[in-house]
Amino acid sequence: MTVETGAPRQDPQQPGSQRAESHARSWRGLGWGFIAKLLLMALVNALGLSIILSAINAEAWGILAASTALLVIADVVYFMKRTLPLKYIYPGLVFLAVFQVFTLAYTGYVAFTNYGTGHAGSMEQAVDAAMIQDERRVEDSPSYPLAIVQNGDELGFAIVDEEGFVEVGTAEDPLEPVDGGAVGENGAPSEVPGWEIVSRAQLFSDPDLQQDVIDIRVPVSDDAEDGSLRTRDGSTAAIYTSSLEWDPEAQTLTDTETGVVYEASDTGNFVAEDGSQLPTGWVVTVGFDNFVRAVTDTTLSGPLLKVTLWTFAFAILTVLTSFGLGLLFAIIYNDPRIRARRTLRTLFILPYAFPAFMSALLWRGMFNREFGIINDWFFFGADINWLGDPWLAKFAVLWVNLWLSYPYWFLVCTGALQALPGETMEAAKVDGAGRWRQFRSITLPMLMVSTAPLAIASFAFNFNNFTIIYMLTEGGPPFPGTSGLGSTDILISAIYNISGVAGGTADYGLASALSIVVFVVVGVISAIAFRQTRKLEEI
Amino acid sequence: MTEQTATRTTVRKSPTRRTRWWGEVGWKYPVAAVIIFYSIFPLVYVFSASLSDTGTLSSAGSLFSSLSTANYEALGDTKYWTWVANTLIVGIASSFGAVLMGAAAAYAFSRFRFKGRRPGLTALLIIQMFPQTVAFISVFLLLTALGNVAPALGINSKLALICVYLGGALGANTFLMYGFFNSIPTEIDEAAKIDGATHAQIYWRLIMPLVTPILAVVGLLAFISAFGDFILAKIVLVSDDQWTLAVGMYQWVSNQLSANWGLFAAGAVIAAIPVLILFLSLQKYIVGGLSAGSVKG
Repeated sequence: MTVETGAPRQDPQQPGSQRAESHARSWRGLGWGFIAKLLLMALVNALGLSIILSAINAEAWGILAASTALLVIADVVYFMKRTLPLKYIYPGLVFLAVFQVFTLAYTGYVAFTNYGTGHAGSMEQAVDAAMIQDERRVEDSPSYPLAIVQNGDELGFAIVDEEGFVEVGTAEDPLEPVDGGAVGENGAPSEVPGWEIVSRAQLFSDPDLQQDVIDIRVPVSDDAEDGSLRTRDGSTAAIYTSSLEWDPEAQTLTDTETGVVYEASDTGNFVAEDGSQLPTGWVVTVGFDNFVRAVTDTTLSGPLLKVTLWTFAFAILTVLTSFGLGLLFAIIYNDPRIRARRTLRTLFILPYAFPAFMSALLWRGMFNREFGIINDWFFFGADINWLGDPWLAKFAVLWVNLWLSYPYWFLVCTGALQALPGETMEAAKVDGAGRWRQFRSITLPMLMVSTAPLAIASFAFNFNNFTIIYMLTEGGPPFPGTSGLGSTDILISAIYNISGVAGGTADYGLASALSIVVFVVVGVISAIAFRQTRKLEEI
Repeated sequence: MTEQTATRTTVRKSPTRRTRWWGEVGWKYPVAAVIIFYSIFPLVYVFSASLSDTGTLSSAGSLFSSLSTANYEALGDTKYWTWVANTLIVGIASSFGAVLMGAAAAYAFSRFRFKGRRPGLTALLIIQMFPQTVAFISVFLLLTALGNVAPALGINSKLALICVYLGGALGANTFLMYGFFNSIPTEIDEAAKIDGATHAQIYWRLIMPLVTPILAVVGLLAFISAFGDFILAKIVLVSDDQWTLAVGMYQWVSNQLSANWGLFAAGAVIAAIPVLILFLSLQKYIVGGLSAGSVKG
């Protein structure tokens, strides 16, 4: 539901309406504003309805319920007089609810499930998947002459059935007879209406297509137990069926060949008595398992602990070094006796004006072991593996973050220094305070009042500074072992790796559990910052 | 005689004055040179690398050894300009949406007194503390589900990414704007109301022109955050003709860093120059905004 510009535009583009008499005296009917609103709402309703309809088609009940509710509320809000404030808040509220509140809540839910690779859907989906994976060619089953057909990106199989009819199907749609198909000399369909036949030559010259053809399975019917058509050579297809049998009553899968019975377990897997289990499972809630696993799993807990410590170290050190350097420069160059201060200041803050993600990529090239200019220019061509050594990589990350964030602190501190009351400094000077004493007892405390909340905000930002880490080192160099994490990974990049959204094995449950940990840390920090600001406002 | 003493005093005075000058002010110039070198050499280097004729990392080491536009021309053969267009579309749309929705909400919170106003403000304050980026797994799962219903809102759609960014708009901007809206005297609205203006007329005709500065600030902030975002863009945009600059340029450097170095350098220079110009011309306001922010938190 996009109600992006849903704010009521009752702004009538009436020329000179301000000079005209008041509305009370000349009522001009409903006006252009109302018509504009009507058109806008018609558009919103059309969009909403189309989403509702396709949600019904896709059997996505959650989306159906949410989009219906949002659409009904939108109509109520914009056609009732009493809901005036909501008319202004609602569009933003919809986006906030769907893309922020819901995602936060859903993260909380996923953290308590085993959602991930091998546990991705409902139990019925898991049963179907298990049967598909277990499919083998039925012994002595007939093979059908096959034509590979294509319709745009969609790939399908066309065969000739026992009665001589041409049938066609795809991975999604089971085999269906088509009218007007023709059978060629080799017994395979030579013409399929609505489909384009892929020639042998085309198939042999395209390895990707070959792989697709071998991977595709075309269901014989809607029932997964009927099996599916598959091909090994691209010219004949055979029916493959699963030896597993599903008993919905007992919730068991039975292997008809070996007699092994797989029972549905609490952990979302089909487990046999001997402990072996089928590779496909379904999503179940697992309580605090993910949190416990993060601490107890031997391959994970060590790296995760290191990652957590480094996350704090990275955030704290970044704030301290860049704040310190910025403050130092601000104090040095906040001196009216220096000429060309504006020019100097502009040159100092250039790194801040350079987009951060490009800075990280740029430094990645500069730290390159073989060709990077850091080794070339400053270390006489030495072979220093900056991004490949655990400690050097940490240093490099901090160095780059210092480079791109000290100008921010330089600007903030310069502003704060200039806002300090001159009389207090004068008084201190008159009282005989030395320069260090002035700085420690007057400048720094007064500076902290205005900069402490920013320092806390900067800590929270760097705690989740995925961009710098990922662009510079991608979390590497990797820890020994199979955790998939590395020495410069911070929590959010570790979550990214574990979650598998970029490919590889996905573990949404564990990754979400770690996200919850990050939320807690960031929430606590924000709460502290919030109290701090309040305290400061009281001052 | 008098002349001689005068010269003698100046001769006697000036070394002490000069040492004092050096001790208090003079040393700051060489230090400034060091700082400037630190802050600028990467930028000079990337500029020089963008002008190198071979376009590999190994040849970029010597500064300005060749001045060729080969890398800039080579950008035309890549998807670079598509990425620039994508970045602009996503950035402008999300900043426009953020301004519209944030301003409308701030107007309601600032001008109307309704049930749930205070709880609403508090809820916004709490929600905005939790960064959306950390919930990227749910964003991914949500968009996957939405994509099955409406592909335009699914993975690999710019519209979906814009919607995700807009999800954070209300939380981040309403407070900034709310304060500013409160500083506009309500007498203006009341006068207009007496003259018969509707609430929408007051909003569009009276308030919006008065709050233009904060609208510009919020729009700029939203654009910058969309421009610099990497994690959400990387998850949502899958195919290379949908990528934004951040995802595309990351891909260049991450596969084949050495071979793509010239392309990256040229692309970075082109993308950074407008940002640099904008930043430096708005420097006064940005500095003012930073210290204002430091007071407000």
